[in-house]
Amino acid sequence: MADASVAKPMSSAVGAESIVQIKDLHVGFKVFGGLLKVLNGVNMVVGRGEKIGIVGETGCGKTTTVKSILRILPGEARIFHGEVLFQDKNVYKMHPHELQKLRGQGASMIFQDPTAALNPVFTLGEQISEIISHSGTQPEGKKEAIKILAVKAFREATLPDAERMMETYPFQLSGGMRQRACIAMALATPRDLMIADEPTTNLDVTIQDQVLRLLKNLVDQRGMSLILITHSLGVARETTDRIYIMYAGNMVEVARTAEIFERPLHPYTTGLLSCIPKLTGGGVAEGIPGRIPDYMNPPAGCRFEPRCPKAMERCKKEKPEFVEVGKDHQVACFLYYQVPQNGVQHHG
Amino acid sequence: MGSDLLKRIGLSIFVLFSLSILIFLIARVVPGDPARLALGPRAPEWAVENLRKEMHLDKPFYAQYGLWLAGIGHGDLGKSLVTRRPVSADIREFLPATFEIVGLSALIMALGGIFLGVLSAKYSNSWFDGVTRIISYLGIVTPAFVWAIIFMLIFGYVFPIFPITGRLSPGFEAPTTITGMFTLDSLLAGDPRTAWDAFLHLVLPAIALAMGGLAQAARITRSSMTDNMSKDYIAAETAYGIPPRRILMKYLLKPSLIPTVSVMALDIAALFGNAFLVELIFNYPGLSRYGIEAMLNKDLNAISAVIMVLGLAFVTMNIAIDILVGYLDPRIGLAGRRN
Repeated sequence: MADASVAKPMSSAVGAESIVQIKDLHVGFKVFGGLLKVLNGVNMVVGRGEKIGIVGETGCGKTTTVKSILRILPGEARIFHGEVLFQDKNVYKMHPHELQKLRGQGASMIFQDPTAALNPVFTLGEQISEIISHSGTQPEGKKEAIKILAVKAFREATLPDAERMMETYPFQLSGGMRQRACIAMALATPRDLMIADEPTTNLDVTIQDQVLRLLKNLVDQRGMSLILITHSLGVARETTDRIYIMYAGNMVEVARTAEIFERPLHPYTTGLLSCIPKLTGGGVAEGIPGRIPDYMNPPAGCRFEPRCPKAMERCKKEKPEFVEVGKDHQVACFLYYQVPQNGVQHHG
Repeated sequence: MGSDLLKRIGLSIFVLFSLSILIFLIARVVPGDPARLALGPRAPEWAVENLRKEMHLDKPFYAQYGLWLAGIGHGDLGKSLVTRRPVSADIREFLPATFEIVGLSALIMALGGIFLGVLSAKYSNSWFDGVTRIISYLGIVTPAFVWAIIFMLIFGYVFPIFPITGRLSPGFEAPTTITGMFTLDSLLAGDPRTAWDAFLHLVLPAIALAMGGLAQAARITRSSMTDNMSKDYIAAETAYGIPPRRILMKYLLKPSLIPTVSVMALDIAALFGNAFLVELIFNYPGLSRYGIEAMLNKDLNAISAVIMVLGLAFVTMNIAIDILVGYLDPRIGLAGRRN
């Protein structure tokens, strides 16, 4: 915070047009015992047509970050500082009709657990028709047109027997089919951004790949941007252009996907990568000792400091901000504050 | 659903049948000679003996039950010892009266409870929610007859807006009996003035009777809605661009009503029994009052009949719950259909 290096929006990777910009976002949750300070100054940029991955362990604030984009944070959440821009408009200062437009045409989201994300007491047809009719892309009251679109969406999401899906309740489907139904709902009408919050975590291993490929194809066909949240660096590697590594409410590193794997810089990123089991063998992955901090009383400086093998005195007091360490490569760690920027340039 | 419903109805008939044996037995086991009670302590022994014979009280239990059951077969519920009329005639007179109160009360309970619950959930943790919750506690812990007295004092005495006794004001004549419900009958007879007067007589007892269930329904609706509010599907539907008001009134309300409906239907059935003190306070000639008087006088046939009517009300409401919950929750409804 004391340092002059304030996060700059990624310019070169993204091009002129960014679709989402999150600037220094602080979000907390009011709970019984006090305040959970979860997001601790998140910075993030998503370009038009770009596929972004957010990787980090459970409870590091990935879902909170993306929910803030659609303004669907739970009631206990409080935004203390920072802003979220969607197509250069502050989401939290939007008029209701602008917000409606953001949700209907700007972005949509699929959730981790498709069983919980579908309303159990309405048919898929009723839910998807409602979504289409409120998207603002369809003239009101054209029931037939809406139905045709709905069936088309189910078919595109490779749901068998798309017509029958209209009359089907979520509990009559398998997990994989439910997630496809969610994808159909999210993509039934054209949108600019798709947010996928661990879309395959709750699915059977054999289905995971299918669903992921389906998602990627549909996003590619439409030229949409994608934010994919995942625990799995492998999934992120296959799907994304750029990866944000998140730890305890902070983005700690961002780089192009290949770069993250070739030249991980943040101690947390290197730790995460060492967790991936190698095909070449070499024993069980190490893991990172320790746990994510208590959000009630998080460390004052860098939140990774208590677990960091390379922690310094400075890390205890100050929070590191993003510094540019290469082309499209930023890292929030004091280790790289001293390194002259052109010194590592040749790696990127 | 069809076969499921038939099964439920069959079961209900079995329940009613068992109930009739039970109540028949209990009514006769409790000490006290109904014939003596009916004729008074100074009646000669031979008269009491005659009445006992007339009521078949000299026969063994199973024979009495068989005769009673055979009577029901052709609509004869026996004679009341107190009113000296056929019990079926009494029921026909008093049941519609209670039905009017209970019906209005159920309506107030359902609409008021759900309305308050939805508002309370929408503005949860605001001052409005706080006030509603306190009122709900009051509503639940205060018995209906206390409300009856309070309302009587406030709206009948301090501000005489509503009439406080009987079914009609003096000067009005009871309409010709079609359904037995004065409001309906007067309307059918083309007499809206009498209908309005009869309706005014219903308002206070109905509200007093509804308070407990209303408060209960409001609390359950509120907590079930605030529970479901944090569900992923609500976040998802918001994210997909369905307007918040539409989500509240449709996608959140429908799944949240399932527990409310289950509890409220039983509350409505219980209204028939709870109506007793309220009917007494408002001097309203209804079935509950009739039933209690029958019990105090050991009026066997009347007791059996009233209990059977109450049992029928509970059984009917239970079937209604099943149908309604099946409609609200397809997981239950379709499961029934599949079997």
